[in-house]
Amino acid sequence: MESKVSTGGRVGVVVFPGSNCDKDCVYVGQRLGASVSLIWHKETTLPDLDLLILPGGFSYGDFLRAGAIARFSPIMQAIVRFAASGGYVLGICNGFQILVEVGLLPGALMPNTSLQFICKTLFIRAEAQTPFTSHFNLGTPIPMPIAHAQGNYYTDDATLSRLRKNRQIVFRYCTKEGALESSANPNGSTDFIAGICNKDRNVLGMMPHPERVSEALLGGEEGIKLFSSVLSHTGHVGTHGGR
Amino acid sequence: MKAFIYITPKPGILDPQGDAVGRALSTLGFVGVQDVRMGKLVEMRLPEESLEKAEGQVRKMCEDVLTNPVIETYRYRLEPEDDAS
Repeated sequence: MESKVSTGGRVGVVVFPGSNCDKDCVYVGQRLGASVSLIWHKETTLPDLDLLILPGGFSYGDFLRAGAIARFSPIMQAIVRFAASGGYVLGICNGFQILVEVGLLPGALMPNTSLQFICKTLFIRAEAQTPFTSHFNLGTPIPMPIAHAQGNYYTDDATLSRLRKNRQIVFRYCTKEGALESSANPNGSTDFIAGICNKDRNVLGMMPHPERVSEALLGGEEGIKLFSSVLSHTGHVGTHGGR
Repeated sequence: MKAFIYITPKPGILDPQGDAVGRALSTLGFVGVQDVRMGKLVEMRLPEESLEKAEGQVRKMCEDVLTNPVIETYRYRLEPEDDAS
């Protein structure tokens, strides 16, 4: 790994009871030369950060609705303030569910139409310029795993047209060739949506797990581009070198 | 006061669970069953003695926590209790 690092950058990863892949996020941040802190959900303030990650998992056992209880964790108020002040927030899987529950992103994540938990690698394509996607080629299929039971993105028609108009649809599920065919949509998501950002483009939520494809040994390195994009945007990581 | 809160997917929202149960019912010979919607029932006991106050509490709970207004709707029933002690 030869990531060229200027000052490193500071990444925070929130830990809820039932979070998973939080350590994977720490690892990816460290690979990029950032100093990474785990932040327990009972905290009420955030340290100075360039990027805050809400990881995947099953916070509070997904009771009531996925993300519904985590939303009331003490740390969430600080996260809402951080996002409002322009801080970069990335919600992965359960983190995405929490972001919609707390209202930082529109819509809802409903049970997969198959009613099954789906854990497999599929393809998504980046569709919009954001600070999180600058290292991806827009429209090119990216292999990335999903692992969720409630990833079926839903929003009403008015919100959907607003998302389209503002180019807030950041990732969509696609075939290996990059086509939007119904067979490529794993969970019934409206408009193949796999990830969206807020209007100010500093909050991104996505169901696929980029941190699980950020190390060649674990099956791929495409995911690390997301983290390197946002850290280079904040001026901390130069080019991502790979091995 | 006892409260019974029924949470269901909003009309028009796809309910894969309800659809699966509906299909199972028709497979089992329950002909003509339509529009099966699956939801949640939340029961609780509230300290409020006035119906009006309890109603306010229940609505606030539903709007703030118990439902996701993007996809769910709710109804409730309140039952005054005799002094249980």
